[in-house]
Amino acid sequence: MTEKNIAYLRTSEAPTLPPPASEVGIRGWLWKNIFASMADYSSVSKTINSILMTILTVGSALFLYWIIAGLLDFTLFSATFSDPEGVKREACVVNAGACWPYVQAKWYQFMYGFYPAEEVWRVNVAMFLLAVGIAWLVFPMPRRGLVAALMLTAFPIVSFVLLNGMPIEHDGDLGKVFAGVWFPLIVAGVVGAGWFLARDGRLGEVAAAVAPILLMAAALFGLFAFLPLITAALDIALGTEVVETNQWGGLTITLVVAIAGIVASLPLGMLLALGRQSNAPILKYTSVIFIEVVRGIPLISVLFFASAMLPYFLEPGVDFNKLLRAMIGVMLFSAAYMAEVIRGGLQAMPKGQYEGGMSLGLSYWQQMRLIIMPQALTTVIPGIVNTFIGLFKDTTLVLIISIFDLLGMMNATLTDPTWATPTTAYTGYLVIALIYFVFCFGMSRYSVYMENKLHRGHR
Amino acid sequence: MTTTNEVDHTPEERSGLAALVYDGKARSLFFQGVLAILIMVMIYLAVQNAAQNLADQGKEFGFGFFDRPSDIQILTTFGTWLVGYVPGESTIFDVLKLSVANTLILAIAGIFFATILGFLMGIMRLSSNFVVKGFATIYIEVMRNIPLLLQIFFWNAALRLIAPGPRDAGTFVPGLLQFNTKGIYGPFPITHDGFYLTMMAVIIAIGAVIAYGKYAKKVQEQTGKQSPVFLISVAILIGLPTLVFLITGRPLTIEWPNFVSEGPVLRRGFERGVGSYIAPEFMALFLALTTYTAAFIGEIVRAGIQAVPKGQSEASEALGLPGGLAMRKVILPQAFRVIIPPLTSQYLNLTKNSSLAAAIGYPELVAVFAGTILNQVGRAIEIVAVVIIVYLTISLLTSLFMNWFNNRVKLVER
Repeated sequence: MTEKNIAYLRTSEAPTLPPPASEVGIRGWLWKNIFASMADYSSVSKTINSILMTILTVGSALFLYWIIAGLLDFTLFSATFSDPEGVKREACVVNAGACWPYVQAKWYQFMYGFYPAEEVWRVNVAMFLLAVGIAWLVFPMPRRGLVAALMLTAFPIVSFVLLNGMPIEHDGDLGKVFAGVWFPLIVAGVVGAGWFLARDGRLGEVAAAVAPILLMAAALFGLFAFLPLITAALDIALGTEVVETNQWGGLTITLVVAIAGIVASLPLGMLLALGRQSNAPILKYTSVIFIEVVRGIPLISVLFFASAMLPYFLEPGVDFNKLLRAMIGVMLFSAAYMAEVIRGGLQAMPKGQYEGGMSLGLSYWQQMRLIIMPQALTTVIPGIVNTFIGLFKDTTLVLIISIFDLLGMMNATLTDPTWATPTTAYTGYLVIALIYFVFCFGMSRYSVYMENKLHRGHR
Repeated sequence: MTTTNEVDHTPEERSGLAALVYDGKARSLFFQGVLAILIMVMIYLAVQNAAQNLADQGKEFGFGFFDRPSDIQILTTFGTWLVGYVPGESTIFDVLKLSVANTLILAIAGIFFATILGFLMGIMRLSSNFVVKGFATIYIEVMRNIPLLLQIFFWNAALRLIAPGPRDAGTFVPGLLQFNTKGIYGPFPITHDGFYLTMMAVIIAIGAVIAYGKYAKKVQEQTGKQSPVFLISVAILIGLPTLVFLITGRPLTIEWPNFVSEGPVLRRGFERGVGSYIAPEFMALFLALTTYTAAFIGEIVRAGIQAVPKGQSEASEALGLPGGLAMRKVILPQAFRVIIPPLTSQYLNLTKNSSLAAAIGYPELVAVFAGTILNQVGRAIEIVAVVIIVYLTISLLTSLFMNWFNNRVKLVER
């Protein structure tokens, strides 16, 4: 081989050509992401695949177009936006689209139900506190532990006083639950005794072992005992009047039920999950039976149980507030689901974590609090948030035992003849769906964000 | 006790009561005993109170009221047809039976279609095609973030909006299915003597197909020869019953819905009790349950497929398996192991969610039995207990079946 035989020899480097137009830019993107999957006809099965993809793509695109165009038309182009003459249904009935004046007119009910208008600032203050608390916990802010503790203890009391008003003077309703003013004296005695025993093990080891239990019991009783005092102080400061729970409604009730369920289901679920993992047979099977029975029946039957069957099992004459009964039903229901989620996290813990805790000489509760639970809860954050989302959506079921939550309130306004048009119902459904979507989608996005943040170390 | 004792106490030094307090077993027994006593006291109090309350109201505990006739009007559904419900003649026990049948038919139809739609959505969400993927993503995110009850209300209202009025008829499949706001009307098969032979032929054909499938698989494993299993199975399944049906003299007539378009205005529309009929409430619930649960199933399927290592799909591509076959023979069987446990709980959720029918008046267990009958006879304890037992039984049976299925597809490890 000599150089003579070579017909052509490149002496300089060829310029780099731009990528083909089918690979970059809009055309490239379209080809890669849409048309490539429909254009392979090299064999029979690939042809079938491509044809199916074509049908799916065209079908999806048409369906999306149909939905989006329909929604735009309904909400904007043929909607009624204002009702300047105040003719209500006549203003909306002429257009085929959404009836926005209806939403405007009923917005107060959607938010607060039949809460008296002059007292509505109380709801707003409670909601504002809630929003600030949640925002504080969600975004990276200082002292989140303190805020979380306040949200779990002080906030429920404050918001109860704000929403319900002074409970002591009032005879019926929720007042009865908190009516024991004589209680603090007994509790002060128990607390004092427990504290005395716990100090330096003054009465020997037995007392030192019993003291924590006494203190815990005292704290529990104390919560109930001092509640009336705290609420009374708050009440004097705020000067509130009682608003019966049957006047509450709309988004207020939805949030009250959902937050009560969320706050109660986590600790209850943890206890049930630990109970199910325990070696003690009575404890274990009590937890198993509770969890499995509650998970096996629909929430509606739990609510029916709470509203129709529970009164039979209480002492004659004792009656609960209806909202409280529904809330207890929702709490127990979500606790059972939460227990199963947390059990998944506990089972995912390597045995070495328990053994490590034991070898450090930690007690069972110290192990759980310091080692197991923080890790177990972190691994199941998506499951926990999913349970919260499910709980939030399930609060709509209280309308079946005639508590007017957001959906129930909206449904109730549909019977108002002054706003009866063919599109009123759909306008209402759309608005309510949007509100629920914002809450649930927000929660699920936050869980994704938390997951990414907490798992960064493992990648 | 002095302070020196405090500093160096070790378990050995403890004796008597102190040793007992610090003994793990004794402590566990003590707390369990407390728990057991608490539970027993609660049960005792509950029973006492219930007895007292019942006595105050002059009621007795018992299920004797099941034999009473029930005169409530119930929407014509699968259950009323199955039980042959006649107001005033049928008993309350019949109402229980028909409401359980309605729950089950709703759950089975919902589970069947939600699985198909859910798998479709889950696979679509993993597509490389932007439009298909976007559609599935929007579908899943919207559906699972809106309460089911709201969706049921929406479908219930929307179906009545798109359907023609009760004196008119629209049609899905010309000549086969017709509908208006009163429901969907279709043909109804009426069997005559000798039809059971055809039914038996169907059962025999199914048995034969299963046996042939096993035989064909054995032949393939031994000799490597593939038999046209699908074609022969279809031939057996269609051929045998048709043959028996023709030989026995076609013991089946089809009753068509009767649309009355003349006569008094109030009598116009579809004649009641002629042909088969699906209530609009059923359709609203069915659509809501199916589309809602399909979104959750879609997410489960997506997660399951993503849990299969990428090497598996690359390996099947290297073997020359086309996309569909690789999905069917390699990816999905492995994904199934991840999918089945959460899929089971979705099936159970769908069954339990069917109780939301109470909100729109479809006569299933909670709506008609825990609702109407409870209001009528007022036996809260018995009725709620029966409802809970029925749901627990359904949950248990579904779990058992799905566990059995799970064990079949589970990866067999050492």
